[in-house]
Formats: sequence, C-alpha cells, structure tokens
Amino acid sequence: MSQPQGDTAGTAADVLEDLRGHLPEECLITDPTRLAAYDCDGLAAYRVQPALVVLTDTPEYVRRAVQACAAHRVPFVARGSGTGLSGGALPHADGVLLVTSRLRTLHEISAADQRAVVDPGVINLQVSKAANPEGYYFAPDPSSQQICSIGGNVAENSGGAHCLKYGFTANHVLALDVVTPEGEEVTLGTRAPDAPGYDLVGAFVGSEGTLGVATGVTVRLVRLPQEVRTILAGFEDTDQAGAATSAIIASGIVPAAIEIMDALAIEAAEAAVSCGYPEGAGAVLVVELDGPAQEVAHEFDAVEQICHTEGCFELRVATDAADRAAIWKGRKSAFAAVGRISPDYIVQDGVVPRTALPQVLRRMTEISAEKGVRVANVFHAGDGNLHPLVLFDGSVEGETERAEEVSGAILDLCLEHGGSITGEHGVGADKAKHMPKMFTADDLDTQQMVRCAFDPDGIANPGKVYPTPRLCGERPGRHTGPHPLQAQGLAEIF
Amino acid sequence: MSLLDELGALCEVREPWPGDLVDGLRPQVVARPASTAETSEVMRFCHERGLAVTVRGGGTKQTWGMPPARLDVIVETLRMDQVVEHAHGDLIATVGTGLRLADLDRVLRENGQQLIIDDLVGGSTIGGAVATNQSGPRRMAVGAARDLLIGVTVVRADGTVAKSGGKVVKNVAGYDLCKLLTGSFGTLGVLTEVTFRLHPVTAASQWVSVDVDPGELAGPVERVLHSQLVPTALEVDHAGGTGPVRVAALFTGTEEGVASRVTAAKELLGAGAGETDATWTGRFPWLGDDEPSTDVAALKLTCQLSSVPALVQETARRGVAVRGSAGAGVLYAAAPMTDLADTVAGLRGWCLRHGGSLVVLDAPGTDKTTLDVWGSDSVGGLEIMRRVKHEFDPTGVLSVGRFVGGI
Ligand SMILES: Cc1cc2nc3c(=O)[nH]c(=O)nc-3n(C[C@H](O)[C@H](O)[C@H](O)COP(=O)(O)OP(=O)(O)OC[C@H]3O[C@@H](n4cnc5c(N)ncnc54)[C@H](O)[C@@H]3O)c2cc1C
Ligand SMILES: Cc1cc2nc3c(=O)[nH]c(=O)nc-3n(C[C@H](O)[C@H](O)[C@H](O)COP(=O)(O)OP(=O)(O)OC[C@H]3O[C@@H](n4cnc5c(N)ncnc54)[C@H](O)[C@@H]3O)c2cc1C
Repeated sequence: MSQPQGDTAGTAADVLEDLRGHLPEECLITDPTRLAAYDCDGLAAYRVQPALVVLTDTPEYVRRAVQACAAHRVPFVARGSGTGLSGGALPHADGVLLVTSRLRTLHEISAADQRAVVDPGVINLQVSKAANPEGYYFAPDPSSQQICSIGGNVAENSGGAHCLKYGFTANHVLALDVVTPEGEEVTLGTRAPDAPGYDLVGAFVGSEGTLGVATGVTVRLVRLPQEVRTILAGFEDTDQAGAATSAIIASGIVPAAIEIMDALAIEAAEAAVSCGYPEGAGAVLVVELDGPAQEVAHEFDAVEQICHTEGCFELRVATDAADRAAIWKGRKSAFAAVGRISPDYIVQDGVVPRTALPQVLRRMTEISAEKGVRVANVFHAGDGNLHPLVLFDGSVEGETERAEEVSGAILDLCLEHGGSITGEHGVGADKAKHMPKMFTADDLDTQQMVRCAFDPDGIANPGKVYPTPRLCGERPGRHTGPHPLQAQGLAEIF
Repeated sequence: MSLLDELGALCEVREPWPGDLVDGLRPQVVARPASTAETSEVMRFCHERGLAVTVRGGGTKQTWGMPPARLDVIVETLRMDQVVEHAHGDLIATVGTGLRLADLDRVLRENGQQLIIDDLVGGSTIGGAVATNQSGPRRMAVGAARDLLIGVTVVRADGTVAKSGGKVVKNVAGYDLCKLLTGSFGTLGVLTEVTFRLHPVTAASQWVSVDVDPGELAGPVERVLHSQLVPTALEVDHAGGTGPVRVAALFTGTEEGVASRVTAAKELLGAGAGETDATWTGRFPWLGDDEPSTDVAALKLTCQLSSVPALVQETARRGVAVRGSAGAGVLYAAAPMTDLADTVAGLRGWCLRHGGSLVVLDAPGTDKTTLDVWGSDSVGGLEIMRRVKHEFDPTGVLSVGRFVGGI
C-alpha cells in the first residue's frame, strides 16, 4: 500500500490505486454517469457526486477501503439503501462512498436466544420476515422498512410507529462489528446485554456514519403479540384527536402506536391510495393495541370510551391482518401521497413534549396562514414526533424560500417547547446548522469528544451532524513519553 | 489556606469520616455541592490542582470495581436531590442525581407513575444507579437504566458543563452521551441532573413460582420465555450445590389480565407452581438479611438466553449461588472466597463461550489487583474506550484506575 506523503492528505485517486487488484473492478465505480446515481440520498435537495464509489461485497472490502482512505486521509461516507432524509449519506466531492447494500446475508435467526445476526445491507423488513415463522419479529419499523437497511437504521437510530411501546433501534442492538475510521476491525458489545466497559454500542447507534462502518449487527428479536387490535377513529379536528391521545396515555395505557393525520394529509392519502378513511374527518387517530388477549380487550374498551368522550364520530376496528393493513395503508403512504396534491414538499421531523401538541399545532396553523404555505400533518402523536409536510411549488418564484422559512419556523417552535430538532430522521447535512440552537458550544464540544476517540483524523462522514468539527486532542497511543500517571508511579496498566 | 478551606469557599465541605474511606483510601476532603454550578467549580478547582476525585452517591457500594489509583476529594451528590420536573402527561421526570431511588418512587407514585429501575441494594441514588447501569428483574420488560435515560447534564473533569439528549422521549439530535455515561462508574464526569422516561403503575402485579431440579430448568424457563404472556420478569435462583432451582415469573397489568396470565403461567411452569410474593427477587444473592456477607465474592454474569439453564447448572456444580434474570440473561452470583481465582477463570471462560461476560463486582478482603475483575482482555473496543477516557479526562483526575483496562 502506498504511504501518505508527509502530513498532506491524498486524493480518491490514491485510494483507487490502492484498491485496484485487491477488489474486483466491477466494485470500483469512477464512471461519471454511474457515479451520478449516488449523488444524493432520500433528501434530493442536496446533491454531490462522489469521486469514487466502492461496492463492498464482503466486510473485508470495507476494511480495505477504509484503510486506504485512512492511509491517505481521504474522507469516506457509508451508504446503505440511501433512503435517509437528512442527507446523512450525501457523498463528499473529493471522497469515497462506501456502499454496504450488497452485504445482505442473514447469518442467524435465533428464537431461542431472541437474537438475529445480520449484515448491514440487510433490509429491515427481511429480518422480521425471517423471524416470523419462529414467532418473532424485529421491532423498529420505519415507514421505509421495505427498502431501508439495518446499517442505516443503526446509523440513524431509526424509529417507527411502534417505538412508542417497543423503543428505537438503540434499544434493540446488542453488538456491532465495526471497521473504525482507522481501518481496524472491532466488535463492540456482546450477544448478552451489559458488556463490560463503556457502552460504545450505545454511542455508535445514531452516530450517522461518523464513527465508522458497521459490518455486522446483532439485534434483539421480540415475540409476536398474541393479539393486535387497530383502531381508526375519525374526529372533527386535530385538537380532539390530540385530547384523545393525552387521555389514553393518562389512563395508564401504553399502546403499540398512536398516530394522527390531519385533513390535508388525509386528502393526500385518499387521492393516492383510496384508503377510505371516515368521510369528513378533520383528523384521524390510529391506535394500535397489542399484547396478551385479555389485556388488549380491556385496553380496547378504555380507548373506545375515551375516543367517544373526546368527540370521535366514527370508529372502526381491525382485528385481522388484512383490515389492519387497510388502516395502515393511508398512514404509511402519507409522505409519498402528498406528491399527489403538491408538486414539491419538505418532510420536516421535529419533536415536542406530547402535552404541548395542541399549542404547537395551533401555532403551526397560524404560521402556515401567515406565510400562505400549506402544511399537511402526519405524526407519531404518542411520543410527540411531528412530521409536518410543507407543500410548495418550486417552479413558482419565491415559494421554495417561503416553504423553507416555514419549515425552519416549525423547528424553532419545537425548541421553544423544550423539544428536539429531530426525532428519527437524523441531523445529517441538513440540520447541522440547527444544532447550536439546541446545544451550547460546550455541549457540542463534549459530544464530539466521542468522535475524536473513534476518528481522530475526522475522515468518517465529515461535515455531518456537527456544524464545526472539534480539533481532536493528542491520541493516547501517540504519546511520545509515558502517561503522566505512569510517570508519577501511580499506574502501570495503561 | 488548607484544602478544606479552599474547597469550602466553593461549596459545603467536611473532613472525612472513617466511613468515607474508599477501598482503604482516605480522601482529604468530602465536597458536597448543591448544584451543577457548584459541582463545576469544585471540578475546575480539583482539575487545576491535579487533585484526584471520586464521585459518591449513597455510597452503598464504593468497594465495587477496582480501588481508585489515588484519591484526594470525594464529590458527594446527596445535596442535589431535587425533583426538577415531573411532567406526568409526558411520562418523564428530571431529577438531581443525589436523589434516592426510593424517594423518587414516592413522588412519582402520587401521579400513578414509576421509574422502572429496581432498587436492589436500598439507598441507591439515581446517580449511582445510572453510573453502574443498575438493573433488576424488571429489566426484562423495559430494559436497563441505559434504555430509560433520555437526557443528562454532566460536569466534566475540567469543570465544563455539558448536556446531551433532552426531555422528549424521541430524539436523535447529536451523539447519545446518555448511553455512554450510563455504566461509566464516574470515570467520565459527574452526572448532576438526568431525565428519564417513566411508566404507568399497573393496577395488578403477581409473581408465580415453582421449584425444579437444575437438570429440568430449561423446560419451564423456555415455555414462559417463548410464550405470549409478556412476563415483566423471569427470575431464577439457586443456592449452589445440590437442591432445587426456584423459577419465578412476574405479571403486571390489569386485574383480569394478570389473573388469566397467571393461570396460564402456572400451567407452563408445571406441577407445583403457585402464586408467591418472591421477595428474594429484590435482593442480590450475597446480601444476608441486613448485611452483605463478607465471606463471598459478588459476581455479575451474562450469557445468551438459551444458555441460562446450563449456566445455573455450571454455577451449582461449583458451589456458587446464583440469582437473576433468565429473561434478560443477566445474573448475579455469590462465590466462595476459597479458590476464587479459579472459579472466576472457569466461569468467565464459560460465559464468554456463551455470548456473555463475567465481572467481579466485589471481593471482600482480597487484593483485587490479583484478579482481572473486569475481564479486560476480552473487552472489545478497549483501545477506543481508553481514548474516550483520555478525551473526557486527559489528566486523569476522575476515579482513575477503577474501570476496565485500568481506565
Ligand atoms: C418514505 C420514507 C419513509 C421513512 N420513514 C421513516 C420512519 O418512519 N422512521 C425513521 O426513523 N426513518 C424513516 N425514514 C428515513 C430512513 O429510511 C431511515 O433513516 C433509514 O434508517 C435509512 O437507512 P438506509 O439504509 O437507507 O441508510 P442511508 O440513507 O443509506 O444512510 C443513512 C445514514 O447511515 C449511514 N450508514 C449507512 N449504512 C451504514 C453502515 N453500514 N455503517 C455506518 N453507517 C452507515 C450513512 O452514512 C448515513 O449517514 C424514511 C425514509 C423514507 C424515504
Ligand atoms: C463496580 C460496581 C458494579 C455494579 N454493578 C451493578 C450492576 O451491574 N447491577 C446493579 O444492579 N448494581 C450494580 N452495582 C450496585 C450499585 O452500585 C448500587 O446498586 C447503587 O447504584 C449504588 O448507588 P449509590 O448511590 O450508593 O452509589 P455509590 O456507591 O455512591 O457509587 C457507585 C458508583 O457510581 C459512581 N457514581 C455515583 N454517583 C455518580 C454521579 N452522580 N456521577 C457519576 N458517577 C457517580 C461512583 O463513583 C461509583 O463508582 C454496582 C456497583 C459497583 C460499584
């Protein structure tokens, strides 16, 4: 392998030269027309063509590619299925894009241990499909679960409608094989919980590809529930649906999911998939209850009662898989569906304390009216995670800017109420600029110490998540003299 | 000016008492900051003077882990015991880390809610529970402290105050320092304020238990584990040597729901199964009626779920008492002090081969430097852990030497 020249960084061409002969030619993409296919992820507003794409068919290719990048200090970006909505997998113009989507082996599904061991490119839904015959499933269920990869889920700490009860990806990952940004292979965590030492698995999940590349993932599998009931309730407006949500939670029930769609979102979903939601509804509430049959029956009675008390005018219940799918169809297609009623849209992702939902929604309606920009609302009401869809027509002068203003104002509104700028889509390239609104310089600096520990040269997905990179301290391994404690004769075990 | 006076200008301080010794080391001063701001000043001061600090909450288990390499100041968190916010509509609470778990529980129950972290030693503070990733039977249902913590304020070794997470249950903005700090044993910073997600208190709660022969443990354990009854806990207990294993499952929920699940569980557990209060599940196996025994070592063992029954046989064979979660694969053991090194090596090898690990929590009267208490050689990512420590505490003032690999 050629060595970097002094302290200056090399280029992607140096990386390519190192990899030739070690990786098949078909895995090394340099042809501009083919590179163009990788210039963005699910957030197509940002586009950058990478200098080199490496298709990694084995973890060994990942290690070689990262080692070459490390040797030349060339930035690299990992990419799974490219469905991310914050520009996390946006390539670096002078860097290498490492595509892990061909690493697709399901190594093990163990019902006995309630674990699955999979490659990072495995599609989220495939894990559940493989585990279902054994009576198990993988709980995190992003709406993109038919296409997104487990590696992407790990990097984004993805959630889904059911994370209200079952938690996010972070609550389901036990161990990770990682190629560190210095090209070393390490296994973090164990198949059992509570591996000794710092919880580096916890730090890695949600780090958006900035701490290395996951090449193997061990996840928890959850027993399929005995009974599932899905309720679709039509209300006059989101205030009523929100009040019902609060009342359900206050009654001590933790449903598997509680989702709300407003009138505009319903209109879009009807246009796209004719989901047949209650006629004239200003808002629909989808509540899913699951668990032991007796418990579900009891909770169902309570939820039904609450919905009627809060003004529900039509309530439907699905008890079999087909009916359930029909109810979820409208909800799950909502993002794509707004394309039917608007040429362009921004998918926003913010979080507020659940109790602030009514106030926040009212204020959003005002902002929307003030700016003359339509906003369709679909949200995970149970955990206060909003997904406002800001509608606009990019071909009309000034509309893009106005839509962006509204989208930004919504984030400010979330922060005013003590919330977060992202609940599940991540910070990526898109929201790094908003991080200082949520955290102080010291907070950001402290968080980035983790990055320095994993990636002292800052080559793993640089520019994402944090607006300004931290200057990393000297690495302990690079000390020229003995450790200060060693020098003082106080410790020898370093 | 004496160190006591200088620190006394920053916060409440006192001379150490005999009970303040940490594994035989005597601090010069016990500092008792009442806020994050005071903690920051204390840490800045200690950092500038190169004074070694150990954090203490309730001090219920300061002998656990390795002894600190040196000790000048104990930072005690007990005065930071306020409930900053209990937003019951949002099922979250923000509290000072010096608050005791039991006191928080009283406050939360007034609104029908709870923080599901089992208080196994009694007197634990929130900070101690988080710093050690404390967990008990109910982790099977909701996870451990790492899974419940959603926001944290930490004072770094140099006094810098930093936050991560927030007060909403769903949040992916920035790295999750909550998880990194959970179980870090006070080696990365002083936790001063934390926010948790809470759970509603259920209407009913019932344990069911049965005694079985160790060789027959797999049957009842697996039938309950893979049932759809959603137990909140599934515990096993064996005194070591011969004798039966106790198996107990906890069900929580509505009155009717729990009653019917209990009936079903009795069938799965087999002949002799019945309702019980299973108080033993709330105590570590090395705790006597009031006092911890001093003639056994405290171990934490983990393994993959399917191996738990075999692990119980393995510990029984070695005369080691074991108790813990067959639903999570996390168990605690009390091992005789004779041949401790052999027992540890043998059981550690076994746990490693079955997807887990072994940590020696406490070994009274033993020179712990002769035992690899953390099993550091088998810890993946140790080099990165060293760097994390180096970033957070570059001059090495916080609980130095207590953690894995001499961190
Ligand atoms: C229609 C639609 C609906 C969606 N719904 C949801 C939802 O309900 N909930 C939700 O949370 N998200 C949702 N998303 C967002 C997205 O699907 C998730 O973030 C998903 O986890 C991304 O996976 P991916 O494989 O596409 O990752 P990519 O987009 O390829 O990458 C995402 C990030 O992960 C990093 N990465 C990828 N693979 C690895 C690896 N092996 N090692 C290290 N880093 C890696 C990348 O560098 C990047 O930063 C939705 C997206 C779409 C398009
Ligand atoms: C090495 C060790 C391993 C343990 N493992 C487990 C376990 O796996 N499961 C379990 O249920 N119980 C475990 N315990 C028991 C646990 O210590 C007690 O249950 C309880 O959490 C201690 O609470 P305390 O307030 O008395 O803390 P203390 O005994 O005062 O402190 C315990 C540890 O936490 C640190 N600490 C305390 N407060 C803070 C703070 N605010 N910020 C930073 N660090 C702090 C201390 O420096 C010390 O290392 C363990 C204890 C130790 C020391």
